[in-house]
Amino acid sequence: MSSDFADGRVARAGKDNPDDIPPGQLPAPILANEPIPDPGLPAHEPRPTDVDSKLEKRAERQVAAMFGAATVLTLGFCVAYFAIDPHALIFGYGALHVTLGLTLGLAFLLIGLGAIQWAKKLMADNEIVEYRHSTSSSKEDQEEALTAFFVGADESGFGRRKMIRNSMIAAMGVLGLPAIVVLRDLGPLPGDLPEVTVWRKGIRVVNDVAGTPIKPADVEIGQLVNAEPAVFFEQRLPSGKVIPPKFEGAALEDAKAKAPVILVRMPPADIHPLPSRRNWGVNGILCYSKICTHVGCPISLWEQQTHQLQCPCHQSTFDLAHNGRVVFGPAARSLPQLPIGVDSEGYLIAMSGFHEPVGPSFWERG
Amino acid sequence: MSTATRRPAPDSPMAKLGGPAKWFDDRIGLAGLAKKQIRKVFPDHWSFMLGEIALWSFVILLITGVFLSLWFKPSMSEIDYNGTYAQLRGIKMSEAYASTLDISFDVRGGLLLRQMHHWAANIFLAGMTIHMLRIFFTGAFRKPREINWLIGLGMLMLGIIEGFAGYSLPDDLLSGTGLRIADGLIRSIPVVGTYLEFFIFGGQFPGDDFIPRLYIVHVLLIPGLLLALISAHMLILVYQKHTHWAGPGRTNRNVVGYPMLPIYAAKSGGFFFIVFGITALMGALMQINPIWMYGPYDPSQVTAGSQPDWYMGWLEGALRIMPNWETHVAGFTISWNVFIPGLAVMGFLFTLLALYPFVERWITGDQREHHVLDRPRNQPTRLGFGVAGITGYGLLWAAGGNDILATHLHLSLEAITWFMRFAIFIGPVVAFIIARRWAIALQRHDRESVMHGYETGVIVRSPEGAYSEIHSPISSERAYILTAHERRPKHSLVSREDVSGVRARKQGKERLRSRLSDFWFGDEIPKPTVSELEAAHEHTHEESPVVGDGHHVGIETGGQTGGDPFELDESTT
Amino acid sequence: MRFLSTRRRHPLAGLVVVLFALVVVGGLYSAFRPASADESTTDTQLISQGRRLFVVSCATCHGENGQGVLEKEGGEFGPPLIGVGAAAVDFQVGTGRMPLALPGTQAEARKPIFTPQETAALAEYVASLGPGPAIPSKDMYDATNATPDEVAMGGQFFRTNCTACHNFAAQGGALPHGRHAPDLTNVPAKYVYEALLTGPQQMPKFSDAVLKPQEKRYIIAYIHSMATMPGYGGSRLGFLGPVTEGLWGWLFGIGALILAAVWIGNQGVRAGKKRR
Repeated sequence: MSSDFADGRVARAGKDNPDDIPPGQLPAPILANEPIPDPGLPAHEPRPTDVDSKLEKRAERQVAAMFGAATVLTLGFCVAYFAIDPHALIFGYGALHVTLGLTLGLAFLLIGLGAIQWAKKLMADNEIVEYRHSTSSSKEDQEEALTAFFVGADESGFGRRKMIRNSMIAAMGVLGLPAIVVLRDLGPLPGDLPEVTVWRKGIRVVNDVAGTPIKPADVEIGQLVNAEPAVFFEQRLPSGKVIPPKFEGAALEDAKAKAPVILVRMPPADIHPLPSRRNWGVNGILCYSKICTHVGCPISLWEQQTHQLQCPCHQSTFDLAHNGRVVFGPAARSLPQLPIGVDSEGYLIAMSGFHEPVGPSFWERG
Repeated sequence: MSTATRRPAPDSPMAKLGGPAKWFDDRIGLAGLAKKQIRKVFPDHWSFMLGEIALWSFVILLITGVFLSLWFKPSMSEIDYNGTYAQLRGIKMSEAYASTLDISFDVRGGLLLRQMHHWAANIFLAGMTIHMLRIFFTGAFRKPREINWLIGLGMLMLGIIEGFAGYSLPDDLLSGTGLRIADGLIRSIPVVGTYLEFFIFGGQFPGDDFIPRLYIVHVLLIPGLLLALISAHMLILVYQKHTHWAGPGRTNRNVVGYPMLPIYAAKSGGFFFIVFGITALMGALMQINPIWMYGPYDPSQVTAGSQPDWYMGWLEGALRIMPNWETHVAGFTISWNVFIPGLAVMGFLFTLLALYPFVERWITGDQREHHVLDRPRNQPTRLGFGVAGITGYGLLWAAGGNDILATHLHLSLEAITWFMRFAIFIGPVVAFIIARRWAIALQRHDRESVMHGYETGVIVRSPEGAYSEIHSPISSERAYILTAHERRPKHSLVSREDVSGVRARKQGKERLRSRLSDFWFGDEIPKPTVSELEAAHEHTHEESPVVGDGHHVGIETGGQTGGDPFELDESTT
Repeated sequence: MRFLSTRRRHPLAGLVVVLFALVVVGGLYSAFRPASADESTTDTQLISQGRRLFVVSCATCHGENGQGVLEKEGGEFGPPLIGVGAAAVDFQVGTGRMPLALPGTQAEARKPIFTPQETAALAEYVASLGPGPAIPSKDMYDATNATPDEVAMGGQFFRTNCTACHNFAAQGGALPHGRHAPDLTNVPAKYVYEALLTGPQQMPKFSDAVLKPQEKRYIIAYIHSMATMPGYGGSRLGFLGPVTEGLWGWLFGIGALILAAVWIGNQGVRAGKKRR
């Protein structure tokens, strides 16, 4: 069975055997013992639009209508851009946004649908056959290429002049170094920065956002306070003197990435402090770092009855009644605790900095 | 000279477009190339369009991205917001975030561009993924296409990094949380982690260097690499010609389909408009990443349901279900709990994928070129590996959304996590076994169809009272498709002979290979041989009732030569 | 009787019996339910009415006098209510969380069992057990007239104190062991205020001394602005973040594009004979 194609070629199944395919490259059809022989390409069958001029006209009108509608929609986009108030709403959605999107989207969609409809219904749809050639070059070409290469290599003396070769390799090799060396100033060396926070003895623990200092009596059992060191805020001294915030901009962000804490209060009987931490709290008020020891998300998902604190990112769970130990999840280290006390005016203060680095682990942390 | 000046015949091509075409050809001589490529053949199949989804979404990303870059300010300098969005007015934020708010609320059509850009990114990655799966399951990575497989993997990896960079740029609470996690991952790298962190962020996290640096990676470096790789990918595709499915007249030595001009220019070009249209409709109607609701990034804030975009979800899942292992040795810390899921898992998967074509080739011993695609069922072991991979990926993906699963399916977070910790090892194995058996069952079904025809569902009763179902012959095209794959006699390609003089180590390697090869092809259902087919038809001839027009049930074989045995069959039905 | 006996094997018979039983139980319940008091009750009358309701509906878990009930292992079966204040009762009973349907589970908001008047009586009674937060007055929680600055400030407090559990758009989120933080978008302002003040179930307290009353009002204003925010960019897809976005990208985006690809690759109808 054979088929004639639009371009005049004839495909004959099983006989497509141009001479330029070297043996062994493409698997030869194993005809022996094949149960079903290749029936060959089926004859081209015309579409309804090929034989019925009414259908053909209809398809033509469809395609033209889609292109026409696309033009109208695109112009509609331009009109809407100027005509619609950017703040107007329609059905609870941004009116301009939705109109622009719908006109643009439908215009593109219709152009696409029209083009494909055109291809499917009206363009000549004879399948054509192209013969594959071996992907590799011919043996002669391979040989000639290699010969040319070796002639060139030989003329350069690259193989013979070992001193030149080796010194050139060395020269090229070190060229990579400047590219690496100049990267040195991408940033400072870590030093002890990963290990310290701004917390020092005497810094007040204040409510985040508002910066209000906190007295122990303000904190009820079951309370959670998302807190920061007072140095992030404007502080008012009893003398009336106002101290401006110590950090701003990037420095504030850097400090804030390590310093946030949470204050929680639970019934003192529920707390099981380590011997060294017996006086780290005030009347059942404890202070922990808010930065997860897993990969550093701020954690404040605090369950006041179970005394568990969970990270919303990866669900590491810490038991704050037991010194912040890990009870679930991927975090390996306990949540660092900040020892707190009360200053002369009765406000909560840090009694020291953190005794261990806060946040995710790192190589040098030990 | 004389030919150049001679006036061409009025209906010749030279008369129609000779002027400009000749002008170009005189300068860059493209006619030699163009004459072949203009009518280049592309086979028609829906699964060959999947890569185009990725290609066209990349183009959309370039277009929308250029527009966005006109207004976006990649700066971490702190400013007070004074734009249209009232809920954030007066709040300190980075310029990057403020300019993203401006794009969303003060640039007309800006929100549409932003949302199209984000949806296109999601679709770009999804398109690459399903395209890769199609290549995998049909064996289109086999010789000579291994290089394109590797280029594709490179693009997938770059795409993931590019997407992550993109959603980190607006500096909203969610993207900042993502960067914080990335910072934790970098820190976990043994020995150099902290140094890398300080070099990448220009000091401590978050600093004010990172977004400008990330911006240039996002808009120049990675898109440039992607463009170069896409060009290479397409050039190799054009040179090697597209693969096609087995079918009548479609062999390993030809490619059957429609010409580039006009059919594929219209279909492929039209598909770009469809991808663009759907992306724009999604951008219009489906809100994505409402950065104004997240608020500006503040290292002390976080939201429930902090998740990355879908293509990072599997890594997020790995991070969530990893047990909390950490080693402390000689004053140093190795955070297995972060390093393994965050960095090693990704390296593992991509290494596995990159090696796969070469491993399969070594096991099967198949060194030949392949241009006809495998039906996935005809490669049960490969199908099994693919389905196992999808299962593992899917489980990690689900684990990445375990909080959403917990609230919406009313499950316990802890229970989901513990389930996933085991399922990630057991699930893929079970999936492998099921998929492989399933493929073998489908092979058996194919063989039955070829030998006995398809089940019509018509039950007849013989004069003796026995019931039987009528089987009707399948069409000749169908029968050919079902038997077009190669017959693979077990162990044929891998030598099992002991070669004297070969070193023991090499022998051991060969023995392993032959064992793997046994496993690879084991249990496959061979397609019927000529004699089996004839025997089956003899059998049906004796046993089966005669159908309607007097034809015997089953396929008639006409041997290897002579006229088309199916001609009669076709003309009478 | 014949009518019944012939139909007892009808497939719907079981259903009818269950429905009948439900009606009877419901009727008995409403008959024996504590009668609601008339309008003209004084404070002491209110307290004694509250006491009566308390003994019937609450004392099993919270003790005869609100002192709480301990389990044998020492855990709380029902927490003591002395000092929780009227605000806690108003929240728990007013949102239908109490009386608890099933002990040991998270108390879910549902249709309140008691009338507002009965709720007030219960609150008054519990408040009489010991001093605690009172029910806030309307001017404390009413945020309908909040200025844009106050809403913006509320956003700052909300993102610092609330989003970790309740999500950036107040849609709620997961807690350990199958518990969850509820969706806040439809919660009346009074209950948001009371929840902040009293810390129901696992929610921590945010006392007025730390989170000032006006700051609570800002938070309420911000939640209100989130709940009523227009979909500037189209449908909100549940406001659950990238998980739902990814899901929709695959289902709708890739789904629609594959449909288009199938259409493109499809050979279509032929004019000739029917193909099998």
